[in-house]
Amino acid sequence: MFADLGFGLLVLTFLTASYSIAAAILGYSKKDFRWVESARKASILLFPLVTLTILVLLYLLGTNHFEVKYVYSVTSLSMPMYLKLTALWGGQSGSLLFWAWLLSIFSSAVMLRKWDRDREFLPWVIVVTSVTMFFFLTLTIFFENPFIRWWQTASGEVAAMFAPSQAMLITPADGTGLNPLLRHPGMIIHPPMLYLGFVAFIIPFAFAVAALITGRTDDRWIRITRRWTIWAWLFLSLGLVLGARWAYDVLGWGGYWGWDPVEIAAFMPWLTGTAFLHSVMIQEKRGMLKQWNMVLIIVTYDLVIFGTFLTRSGVLSSVHAFAQSAIGPMFFTFIGLTLAASVGLLLHRWNDLKSETPMTSMLSREALFLLNNLLFMGVLIVSFWGVIFPLISELATGQKVTVGPPFYERATAPLFAALMALMAIAPLAAWGHSTIKTLGKAIWKPGLVSLITPVTLFFLGIHNFAALIGFTLVALVICVTLYEIWRGARLRSKKQNENIFVSVWQLINRNRRRYGGYIIHISMVLMAIGILGIEIFQTQTQGTLPVGSSMTLENYKVTFDSVAQFDTAGGRNVTRAEMSIYKDGKFVGQVFPRRDYYYESQQPMTIPGLRSTMLDDVYVILVDWQPISQIGATIKLYHNPLVNWLWVGSILIIFGTVVAAWPDKDPAAIRSTAKLVNATGAAD
Amino acid sequence: MEQIPTPQKSGRIKFIFGGLMILAAVVYLIASSTQASAEYFMTVDELKAKGDAVVGRNLRASGAVIGESIKYDPQTLDLEFTVANVPGDNSEIEAMGGLAQVLYEAVNDPNRSRLQVKYNGPMPDLLRGEAQAIMTGHMGEDGIFYADELLLKCPTKYEPALPSQASGD
Repeated sequence: MFADLGFGLLVLTFLTASYSIAAAILGYSKKDFRWVESARKASILLFPLVTLTILVLLYLLGTNHFEVKYVYSVTSLSMPMYLKLTALWGGQSGSLLFWAWLLSIFSSAVMLRKWDRDREFLPWVIVVTSVTMFFFLTLTIFFENPFIRWWQTASGEVAAMFAPSQAMLITPADGTGLNPLLRHPGMIIHPPMLYLGFVAFIIPFAFAVAALITGRTDDRWIRITRRWTIWAWLFLSLGLVLGARWAYDVLGWGGYWGWDPVEIAAFMPWLTGTAFLHSVMIQEKRGMLKQWNMVLIIVTYDLVIFGTFLTRSGVLSSVHAFAQSAIGPMFFTFIGLTLAASVGLLLHRWNDLKSETPMTSMLSREALFLLNNLLFMGVLIVSFWGVIFPLISELATGQKVTVGPPFYERATAPLFAALMALMAIAPLAAWGHSTIKTLGKAIWKPGLVSLITPVTLFFLGIHNFAALIGFTLVALVICVTLYEIWRGARLRSKKQNENIFVSVWQLINRNRRRYGGYIIHISMVLMAIGILGIEIFQTQTQGTLPVGSSMTLENYKVTFDSVAQFDTAGGRNVTRAEMSIYKDGKFVGQVFPRRDYYYESQQPMTIPGLRSTMLDDVYVILVDWQPISQIGATIKLYHNPLVNWLWVGSILIIFGTVVAAWPDKDPAAIRSTAKLVNATGAAD
Repeated sequence: MEQIPTPQKSGRIKFIFGGLMILAAVVYLIASSTQASAEYFMTVDELKAKGDAVVGRNLRASGAVIGESIKYDPQTLDLEFTVANVPGDNSEIEAMGGLAQVLYEAVNDPNRSRLQVKYNGPMPDLLRGEAQAIMTGHMGEDGIFYADELLLKCPTKYEPALPSQASGD
């Protein structure tokens, strides 16, 4: 019953999206704005329609309607309500619908903005968002329908939307339940964040296409979508970090990032998106790189679609499995068509997108931004090569070859180091023209201060070359950035004769995008501290311990106190060990590494015991436990220096983004709103 | 200052040169890193056929675990087992009736080529008969595969409408 309702709504949404595409194109070609207006209203309607569809699916998930195949495959009676509901994005068909829902939020929101100044863009923004919507709805209706049910026919069980002839509905007593690995807070918010990031990049792409079609190729499309891009970037960044945190907490291999194809698929649009975020500034300030910006947003869009496919298609292990998924060919066709159409449009407008001024100085701010873009593209090419190399090698030599994390680490480390150096230098370079002399003058003071770091580290006994370079760059970025803020504030404080703290506040407030960007730079290098720490200085040991004995790693001693085994609600059998941690002989706390065994899915899950400080993490994994033998437990112990900075830095990203994307208002407007608020407050 | 006559042209050459330098650097990074860390996928059959030619290379091999061959010493964490040849290609596995079927046949066919594997580390939960082991490591001159990393895949079989088992331990 409800499944029928859900499917009906899905079809209605599909028709509405189709109508909005047709009406927008008709309105544009007939130059009749009434059609466009109608398309806009249809487009707004998509949001309530998909919302209703989602609510129906949530109802089915929450009330154990196991006759629905999707509900059966991702939930079970023993799962708590919040997990049943979040199982909405626990499987492929649900995630595709969820994706469509997020898109409907963004596209409806963008339809509600004031269009007076940009009416010519409107039909094409509708077409791009609705075509993307149309594609995802096609997938959910024809290939990955979340509402299909189980039927008993004469020849056996089948899954179908509508009853085959003489078939009876089957309602299994219980579902198979969500994969235990996905039952983690990080996994509950990681996909929505990543998807929000993915979907939000559709909006700047839509405006880019509109600009290409209408020929309004100034920077208007960039100015409109600036904030969308910043938010998209934030969500995507948080999605990546949450995924890393989930891996660290749940996968139990002591790491956070493994360079597998799924991670790379989510990382690639982040790379192009970050490059885009920087290079649009060059177009706004200098009228340069217009063609390049178009290339970046087009590539980002198709990488987003590709990433969605790869992260949820269930084909993780091998690139050869792509085509085996039912929706694989659909995705590749869609990516091919949108790429061809966008590139065609871009070539058509190529000459209109020439730079207004040539780039002359190699050290000007714009040249350094261009260099930043090239470095991001370098990382992108490395990542892409790593994913496709097995395919190329097999085609060329017949030999299957793959590259693992060492390949990516080796090839990207110099590029990331160069990007960090740029973070320190570029903010000091002037637009238009800079020389070694002017740059040197600006950088020598903070540069000298930052040299304290490698010298100190060297005397502390750290002689690893990569680490010294890395930490020096971290210090350089922090010193230069803080120096820049301080210098600006001091100038202002002298001129305006105000308190230095007020000046800092005003300085940031007057140029939020710039200083928000600086805050994000600082959070990036804080994250780099964590990455350098764990990548270069991680140590590990393993062994089997009887109760009461201990194991040492670095300056830590871990004692195995006891272990207990018990069943818990939710169909789990838990083995939980208690271990005491001593640092330099002093007791500092207890950790409780665990292994949960899920009866339903017959799958174990290893949850590390973690003692975390800003200096280092002690990460304890209970690998094995023999209850009868005297041998005891097998423990794997990791020492992960500085890794906490990775998470702390990522929280600061949120703050920086909020500063950068906070709506600008001129002081007069702020004052008048304040008055308005006062007036209405008084009236109340 | 020598740029004064044609600032635009010499400026452009400068940038093109800079761009090419970066491209060359990226290509160099990719090429050298690929060479240093490439892992060759081999089936047990291929490893046996190539013999000494693959000693010392980074290898990734997969095979079906023979249940009774698993030997594990929890004190030293020394793990030993034998795998039987399975096809390396997923589509081939699908064509032969899926992973579960292929693994079952491989383990129960005494004529398949087999490979002894040694590994030091905690025994993974999923290591049991008829699991697919994916080993990363190298071949020793003694014909034994020394694994640095061990991944296991078990074909999951969900039986619809089967009551979930809730027996202890």
